[in-house]
Amino acid sequence: MGSSRKHVTVGKIVQYAILVLVFILLVGPFVWELSLSLKGPGDNVYAVPPYIVPKTPTMENYAQVFRQVPVFHYMWNTILVAVMSIAGNVLFSTMAGYALGRLEWRGRKFLFLLFMGTMVIPIEGVIISQFLIMRAVNLQNTLIAVALPGMCGAINILLMTNAFKAIPKELEEAAEVDGANVWQQFIHVCIPEVKGTMTVVGIFAFVGSWNDFLWPLIVISDEKNYTLTLGMNRLKGMFVSDPRLIAAGALVSLIPILVFFACFQRYFFQGLEQGGIKE
Amino acid sequence: MSRNTSNGSEALSSDPAGAKRDKPVRHRQSVLRTLAPYLFVAPAFSIVFIFVIVAALNTFRLAFTDSTLLVPGKFIGFQNFVDIFHDEYFWTALLNSTLYVVCVVPFMVILPLILASLVRGNSKIMGFFRTSFYTPVVMSAVVVGMIWTNLLDSKGLINSLLEGMHLIKQPIPFLTDRWMILFSAMFVTIWLGLGYYMVIYLTALANIDDSLYEAASLDGAGPVRKFVSITMPGVRSTIVLIMMLSTIAAFRVFNEIYVLTNGTAGPGGQDITMSMMIQQEGTGIQAHTGYASALSLIVLVIVGFMLIVQQIFQSRSEN
Repeated sequence: MGSSRKHVTVGKIVQYAILVLVFILLVGPFVWELSLSLKGPGDNVYAVPPYIVPKTPTMENYAQVFRQVPVFHYMWNTILVAVMSIAGNVLFSTMAGYALGRLEWRGRKFLFLLFMGTMVIPIEGVIISQFLIMRAVNLQNTLIAVALPGMCGAINILLMTNAFKAIPKELEEAAEVDGANVWQQFIHVCIPEVKGTMTVVGIFAFVGSWNDFLWPLIVISDEKNYTLTLGMNRLKGMFVSDPRLIAAGALVSLIPILVFFACFQRYFFQGLEQGGIKE
Repeated sequence: MSRNTSNGSEALSSDPAGAKRDKPVRHRQSVLRTLAPYLFVAPAFSIVFIFVIVAALNTFRLAFTDSTLLVPGKFIGFQNFVDIFHDEYFWTALLNSTLYVVCVVPFMVILPLILASLVRGNSKIMGFFRTSFYTPVVMSAVVVGMIWTNLLDSKGLINSLLEGMHLIKQPIPFLTDRWMILFSAMFVTIWLGLGYYMVIYLTALANIDDSLYEAASLDGAGPVRKFVSITMPGVRSTIVLIMMLSTIAAFRVFNEIYVLTNGTAGPGGQDITMSMMIQQEGTGIQAHTGYASALSLIVLVIVGFMLIVQQIFQSRSEN
């Protein structure tokens, strides 16, 4: 904001007051859930007024969540889906981005517009048809079916195309003079230049598949193929009467994604900047 | 495909002494040059073609049939649409989805912009605020829904806090009243989206010249004045963009309501939304795939209409 020192005091106080308030509003729920998840049978979780520090702290709620719901199995399923989704999105959108952003060929403009056009189609418009396609090829109720339709997002093709376009022409021309073919130019000259964007694509593919709910809900019917969000939804139905267990389950399923976010934070902001401005 | 190209590279890098082989190598290279783009784009195209284009065309076809999950069905003209317009659930869903847009979008447009202009700057503390405000974005709506189910329960934290402060006598029925459920879900949507739109605004704010703020300070403009006459005009096209992104997202709401109501869409299904109706009609062993496809087509048309309106606004705001 402005740098005039005269207004610093009042302006800053209001600014920080708002920021702290929003912070409490966003972080408070997690603190409360953590407290709930650690409260034992001796605690009144419905106390008025409520209190934060558990009187009879216990890990029993977590133990019970793991006993009642195969959390690790669901996480493993989710990881399998995420790996397929990351591999597909990074590989396919990088290849497509290279062809669209770097090579001259007939039909390039048309195909680019086609890809961009598909971005406006909401998932609800095609989701039942997608399910029928999966059923026709007998893939319904498999983890492959969960990953497949999301394996090459149009937004990722756009991001990669823009990244390839930004590489200076001279780099490639030099390689061509040296006798490199298309494949060699792609691998040795262009890929190193777009690694950052590839990471962004991979990260968003991970978060997207980790959190996806509607599509797995439609395509998966067998509990042994549940992803984590489906498992948590079921857990919520099972433990509806005990907030301690819901809190423990919620936190358990949040930990992996939060660790992931902490590790790759920089790329999240980079990705939004690239995607955000470009619409 | 990779085999082809690696063959090409072998041929190229093989010893140059074989002058006789020079011609076929050249030829092979040029064929590869011509084919390469198509090979590169093929996997992406296949996926998008099957799961978006074919699927969308199939939705369009099914919308005019009476097909179910087990029976392919036959062409019935506009009968599905006639039925839909006589289906009171459809009008409830349309009302709820539209209300969602009307109530959520203003908050999504304004709050993240205020937040973004408050967390600008390079200091460590601002970086900390930015990161913590963004964190909820990576969480699934299902888990966040679980957390808020706890907090909004009739005996949950919010009600016990309010009771503790003697602000209410009876718990507020956040999760049991038809309207309160809708408002609670809206709140969760806003809570989840704040950080996402904040970061989009931050990139737009970075393009505003700081000297404008300094000049305004010299003229004695306060923070509110600066926000209204420098920040808001400076990010006008981003405001239009976010208005559209959040409108489409709000109209398609599913997760928040599904989780807060345990998949029941509230008492008597009164909290159903367009996306929930598609999910309910189009899945299960009794699925009415034709009817659900007709609903999907209606959502497609409405979202398409919104995008056209956005394009018009966007081009106006750029002029």
